[in-house]
Amino acid sequence: MSARPHYFNKLARYYLWYTGCFALFLVALAVLEQEGMPRLWIGYLFMFATIALYATIGVICRTSNVTEYYVAGRRVPALFNGMATAADWISAASFISLAGGLYLQGFDGLAFIMGWTGGFVLVALLIAPYLRKFAQYTVPDFLAARYGGGAGGRGAPVRILAVGATIIVSFTYVVAQIYAVGLIASRFTGVDFSVGIFLGLASILVCSFLGGMRAITWTQVAQYIILLVAFLIPTMWLSAKHADNPIPQVAYGSLLPKLSAREAQLAKDPREEQVRAEFRRRAAEYAARADALPESWEAGKVEAQRKLAAARARNGSLTEVRQAERALATYPNSVDEARALWLERRDANLARARPPEPHATPFPGATKEASDERRNNFLAVVFCLMFGTAALPHILMRAYTTPSVHETRVSVFWTLFFILLVYLTIPALAVLVKYDLYTSLIGSDFTSLPTWISYWANVDKANPLVSIVDINGDGIVQLAELAIDADVLVLATPEIGGLPYVISGLVAAGGLAAALSTADGLLLAISNALSHDVYYKVVQPNASIQKRVTISKLLLLAVAFIAAYAASQKPADILSLVAAAFSLAGSTLFPVLVLGVFWKRANHQGALAGMVAGFAVCLFYMLRASPGLGGSTLDTWFGILPMAAGVFGVPAGMLTVIVVSLLTAPPPRASDAMVDYIRAPE
Amino acid sequence: MTPTDPSATPAHDQDGAARRRLLAARGAHWRATRRITLALLGLWLATGFGTVFFARELARFELFGWPLSFYMAAQGAALVSLASIGVYAWRMRCLERRYAQALEPGA
Repeated sequence: MSARPHYFNKLARYYLWYTGCFALFLVALAVLEQEGMPRLWIGYLFMFATIALYATIGVICRTSNVTEYYVAGRRVPALFNGMATAADWISAASFISLAGGLYLQGFDGLAFIMGWTGGFVLVALLIAPYLRKFAQYTVPDFLAARYGGGAGGRGAPVRILAVGATIIVSFTYVVAQIYAVGLIASRFTGVDFSVGIFLGLASILVCSFLGGMRAITWTQVAQYIILLVAFLIPTMWLSAKHADNPIPQVAYGSLLPKLSAREAQLAKDPREEQVRAEFRRRAAEYAARADALPESWEAGKVEAQRKLAAARARNGSLTEVRQAERALATYPNSVDEARALWLERRDANLARARPPEPHATPFPGATKEASDERRNNFLAVVFCLMFGTAALPHILMRAYTTPSVHETRVSVFWTLFFILLVYLTIPALAVLVKYDLYTSLIGSDFTSLPTWISYWANVDKANPLVSIVDINGDGIVQLAELAIDADVLVLATPEIGGLPYVISGLVAAGGLAAALSTADGLLLAISNALSHDVYYKVVQPNASIQKRVTISKLLLLAVAFIAAYAASQKPADILSLVAAAFSLAGSTLFPVLVLGVFWKRANHQGALAGMVAGFAVCLFYMLRASPGLGGSTLDTWFGILPMAAGVFGVPAGMLTVIVVSLLTAPPPRASDAMVDYIRAPE
Repeated sequence: MTPTDPSATPAHDQDGAARRRLLAARGAHWRATRRITLALLGLWLATGFGTVFFARELARFELFGWPLSFYMAAQGAALVSLASIGVYAWRMRCLERRYAQALEPGA
């Protein structure tokens, strides 16, 4: 026992030194910026210094030992395991987009905060301690041992289904992370998007390829420290500026009434109403054009051709001709395309014509039914995220890495603690930025716009992240004239608050740390599922230890490249993919995991049927109700959004396990004994 | 390290009295575990879903300057979750000690 405190103290010392060095690095860069170092160089330094750091930790921790490679030797102290799991958990979406989402959606956005934190109660109470007592390597390991069946009762069918679920869930999630890495790298260093992806990929690989879980754990602790500092500094600054209190979680309560007053004022402002009327007019125009199809499509096309010819004929300026050319080139190719495009534009304009919704009011709606529907969707999203959290393989895998069952329970506590340090700050940041923009930007003069607006407006010209146009021509910024993308808010916060560029670089490094740490964990979960569960347990049960680790490393490499390739194709609507991953994880794995521990009667047939049914119901509802996948929003059940399909999938999975188990023979005595064993204390 | 073979029952070849004691201790431990799990899940349900369901009614009340429903969604529910996990870890530690005592010879 005496070795443990010693090991803990050694680790604590290392990471304190590391944090100190990082602080020095920040101060040095701040001084260099004062001395006139160019911004691009600061971006480069942050990118390469942090990536080199993670790679170094990866090289130091390299290993070929099976227990070290798969579960970090089962000796990670609870506090550090919690910190690493928190970094594993806080993905690029939480770090970069969540605060922006809350800014745009107000109360509705809080569903993500509730869902992504409340799920850990389920992890701690229902799953993690039992997995640790079982003490193998992966989630499919547990399911196969518990349910048995298949040839020789080794549980191959259950294992294969669980592996399939693990791979589908983790792969969609890892593509989103690698995409974010490419985005951050390309924005802050000016390299090409795909070069950014492969830079990030290199650092992920050096880390997880050489040292597996062991290297990942110690890198994630380092990454957590960076992302925490990066998130807290700008928020504390804004909080001190607007609420005279540097602790944002406490301070923003006093800003909410002021923000509500300002919102009410803006909702009634006649100049705002002018801008909104203009958007309504544009929406009506698109609606009229869509109604007059197909004649309007012909007429529009002729008009665009005529404009181009006219611009050429009178030798117009180059930009004028270019504009006319672009208008013709992007004109819809067919009547159907035109209808889709114009209806989409009509909706976009209508959305901007609405007065701002009060930030703190729950479920505002015109009627009781509309308000109820928003509440139900809020609850459904919370439900899916909670049950999805409790079934994500890369999080559950970490239950195996602590020295004892007790430490696993404490480790989940630390995980949520470290997650909350960031997650309780996110709603605060959303309110602080909103208050800042509403009071200083809105109502200011167009001639004195802050520089961050033009910078972010020019990052992606096709889909501007920030756009601001003087629509009613009065020279003053109205709220309705400002459109801001959710992804830009956190990255632009330092500039909005007027902080030096070093802090912008730090925030980018934090976003990178969040994306890389999550990608590390996910890739390991996928390659372990393939090498341990498929190769070792099913295909080649007498493979040597050395061979297993080597296969695992090779598979990791392959999966990483496939994921990078998928991300470089820039798949559309990545956020809804991630939400789908949560619903699928919850529907497929949660019922069998929990019933496996709490209901001895659950058997092999029930588990198989439950996993298939949960997955099928969830997928069916997504396909049926999302327009992007060939369904229609008219086909929803109880008005629930397709991203919350788990609300039907989880109960379907549960019920199927119970019904099918009761209809078939009870499980063998060995499975009873195993359940007794994992329920008993050590 | 504990033995990792899940099918092994540690009391395999001990005499009947020790085995009965083990089964009794395990039964008591599992009943207590289920009780605390159920109680904390009830609390989780009330804070996670109850406060959202009645959010519009709760918005009238105020807590430290926040409307109550906003506070619960943004911080309260998450802090209750953290506390639940802490209480669970602490109570389970106590239960494990009691279990170890019940198994000691002569207890």
